[in-house]
Amino acid sequence: MIYYLLHNLLPFKQELLLLLGIFILLFTQIFGGKQHIEWTLQWVNLLLLIIVLAGFWPVGYNSAFSNMYQLTSLNAFEKSVLAFAAYIISLQGYNWLQRFEHTYEFYVLVLSSLLGMFCMLSSTNFLFFYIGLELSTLPLALLVNFQLNKKQSSEAAFKFIMSAAFASAILLLGISFLYGLSGSLNFNAVAAKLILNPFSLVAFLLFLVGVLFKVSVVPFHLWTADVYEGAPISVTAFLSVVSKASVLFVLLNLLFKVFYHLQSVWHIVMLILLLVTIVIGNLFALRQENFKRFMAFSSITQVGFILVAFLGNAYNASTAVVYFLVIYLFSNLAVFGVITYVENAFNKQNINEFKGLYKKNKFLSWVLLIGLFSLAGIPPTAGFFGKFFLIMSGSENLNYIPWITLAAVNLIISLYYYLRVAIVVFDNNVEFDEPTIAIPQPIKLSFIICIVGILITGVGSWIYHYIYSLTAAAF
Amino acid sequence: MIVHFLIIVPILTILIMLFVQKQQVIRAVALTGAIIQLLIVINVLWQYVLNSDMTTGNVMLQTNVMWFAPLNIHYSVGVDGISIVMLFLTALVVIAAILVSWKEEYLTKEFFVLLTLLALGAYGFFISFDLFLMFFFLELAVIPKFLLILNWGSGNKTYSATKLVLMLIGASAILFMGILGIYYASSNGSPSFNMLTLKDSGMAYHWQLIFFPFLFIGFGVFTALFPFHTWVPDGHSAAPTAGSMFLAGISMKLGGYGLIRLVTMLMPAAAQFYSPYIVLLAVIGILYGAFATMVQKDLKYMNAYSSVSHCGFVVLGIGMLNPVAITGAVLQMISHGLMTALFFAAIGMIYSRTHTRIIKEMGGLLTYLPFIGGLFILAGLASLGLPGLSGFVAEVTVLVGSWQLPFLPYRIATIIAAASIVVTAVYILRAAGTILMGNTKANHFDTPIDARWYEKWAGVLLGIGILIVGVLPFLILKIISPTIHYWQS
Repeated sequence: MIYYLLHNLLPFKQELLLLLGIFILLFTQIFGGKQHIEWTLQWVNLLLLIIVLAGFWPVGYNSAFSNMYQLTSLNAFEKSVLAFAAYIISLQGYNWLQRFEHTYEFYVLVLSSLLGMFCMLSSTNFLFFYIGLELSTLPLALLVNFQLNKKQSSEAAFKFIMSAAFASAILLLGISFLYGLSGSLNFNAVAAKLILNPFSLVAFLLFLVGVLFKVSVVPFHLWTADVYEGAPISVTAFLSVVSKASVLFVLLNLLFKVFYHLQSVWHIVMLILLLVTIVIGNLFALRQENFKRFMAFSSITQVGFILVAFLGNAYNASTAVVYFLVIYLFSNLAVFGVITYVENAFNKQNINEFKGLYKKNKFLSWVLLIGLFSLAGIPPTAGFFGKFFLIMSGSENLNYIPWITLAAVNLIISLYYYLRVAIVVFDNNVEFDEPTIAIPQPIKLSFIICIVGILITGVGSWIYHYIYSLTAAAF
Repeated sequence: MIVHFLIIVPILTILIMLFVQKQQVIRAVALTGAIIQLLIVINVLWQYVLNSDMTTGNVMLQTNVMWFAPLNIHYSVGVDGISIVMLFLTALVVIAAILVSWKEEYLTKEFFVLLTLLALGAYGFFISFDLFLMFFFLELAVIPKFLLILNWGSGNKTYSATKLVLMLIGASAILFMGILGIYYASSNGSPSFNMLTLKDSGMAYHWQLIFFPFLFIGFGVFTALFPFHTWVPDGHSAAPTAGSMFLAGISMKLGGYGLIRLVTMLMPAAAQFYSPYIVLLAVIGILYGAFATMVQKDLKYMNAYSSVSHCGFVVLGIGMLNPVAITGAVLQMISHGLMTALFFAAIGMIYSRTHTRIIKEMGGLLTYLPFIGGLFILAGLASLGLPGLSGFVAEVTVLVGSWQLPFLPYRIATIIAAASIVVTAVYILRAAGTILMGNTKANHFDTPIDARWYEKWAGVLLGIGILIVGVLPFLILKIISPTIHYWQS
């Protein structure tokens, strides 16, 4: 009996752990709240680590909910990646959360959002996919509004929920058209019935628009900058890494398995969108003064580069995208960690306010610089390998090479705005006019994790080989 | 096995330097690391000379380790005749650069770590036989240049550093697309980055024609080819002395080495087709560089533009596509590397004493600074091609090789290139005469000290190199000639 229960529940190990966390948090809050904050922070981080490790458990029996949910090793790994990102973000916000009055709500919402993303990743049915997507988006809207006394936060949350709702509606229309085409919501059934006719193209485009909104691809990116600027810094980090990564993982699955027969169409669509995304993202990032808006546009450009990989074959593309997102996690969180620390300690948000940081704190400056160089794609950081493999995967069809060259040349512009930060940091004419405060331990730990991840993940190829073995099994 | 130490030793040096605090120990560690590198290079050279079949000039000491199996990327290293002399050049210039910056006070640790990173990039580039690995090391060296110019440079630092990095990364991006083109278009079945198998299997001709410009422009920017040379004057002049020595001495040779590999190993058929354009751009570069140098008022800008001109000779030799001309190109790379490093070292020493780089503001320095003045004159004479020094040997070989093809435009190009030597003589002699001879305009320094021991050693090291290449070039030719004949057959 117990064996049967365990056997059926084992595919859900990561989701069940999240549910357990959410319930314990709710009950702790009801029964006494304030005095347990310290302990709560500890065990939530531990829980996230356990979820990360659980992703490496060998996957045996793997489908449930009458085939709406399916777990592959690749899915398990992707969930680990998302949980790991949440863990690092939680470490970076440790001291802020200790003082904050809504810590329990924060974690409940974060874990719920993660739960939604996990369900979305494992879905093989459009209904389950939509449930996961909504479950991941709605807590984020609440999280964006978390600094209740700032008007900017409310404005950001309003923009986010309005745009998200609109995109969801379009997505739902697309899904209903797909149902009309195939008579079923199951991925495999839809894939079998999908042929190249105008109706399926309309359905596909509506669906794609709804999904691409969440990754801020260019015509649908207008919410990104304001939401990133208005949200508290830990939520911005969560949005930029975890939310984007989850949708990109799902997009891999969708485009290469469900919409496989429309490949000739979505190759062209992706090509146009990625060029526009990279160019616009770069051009806007050049003019930003606020560090959070700057990171918003930088992440838009990074997504543009990720889309290059989709032009290749399924194995190379998936491996390159998953590999790059792991590296993007480390690089982005290194930079966000520094921004978190500086904002929570000194309340500085503009890039120009970082002047003279190098002389004040070399460790912090190097973490920031290594993170930025990894985002820019400079060896020996892992970002170089990530970008190289993305573009390599996309160049498989030699006819795309001229367009991809345009994308690659945009690397110059992106390097320029990352270097602008370096120039500001090394500026030794101006004093960084704040007293030096020791960096708290949890943030230091997150920095070390990120830097080690950046320096090792590239040159050491074992992560790439591991991801490739997972992809080969999944596609 | 010993070839790997070329990469391991700089990494170890950097790691040790990261944990040391005292300034004197840091620079001692850096110098020790560089000297160990030189000894390793001499060892590799010795093994190469003893073991290689000098008549074929094959690749020696090869190692091939799988790096990213699904993408067929290997850690594939080895040396052949051309690599080994470039490695030797790198070792010498790095030691001289470290010696010249012995008294660097500001952020000493970061300075020497960045310099060693640059050296690592150069060493790795010269020993790699896998295009991905080569590209990795090429880009590795770019950001240290940016940081060196930004923090320790002079003049318009921020602008020059940004311009240099953006142009070099732009070149890398174009190079990157060319490398991907080779990867996917190599007509072997499974795509590969390995340069040696590409030599055997070859690429389809129409793909070669399409991708040759990518690689040519990519490497050409690094070697200051004519329309893309604009990063050189600002970059070299704003850089600190060690940075300028490395940039002009080694970094520009990365492009030349890449062009030689491109033309002889990767795309020989397309090289035949594009040869007129290569020669045209080279000649324009030589002439334009020479005339632009004549109007410079700043010593460093003068040397930077003269680097553009001399590297034009390298590209001219490569463009002619016959073994003698390519041998001349390699000789010119070595000669120019040593000579321009010495020139920048001398300029740096003068600048640190007079605090000005404008030629007109200096005069009669030979009375106060005889040793440094001597180094300046040695470098200048090598630059204008005085027989007995390396510049003459290199330029003569290039010109003889260029003359071999009985094709009138090429012969006219050769004549024009030879005529530019006159222009070189003009600006060198004028600069040397103005700042070294004549009345002293010594109103802005009190008691200038002549070269200290570290500056003397730096100058002597490079000077001996120039003399050996100039008087005993057969030593080098015995190493590089068989290799070039093998690849260019």
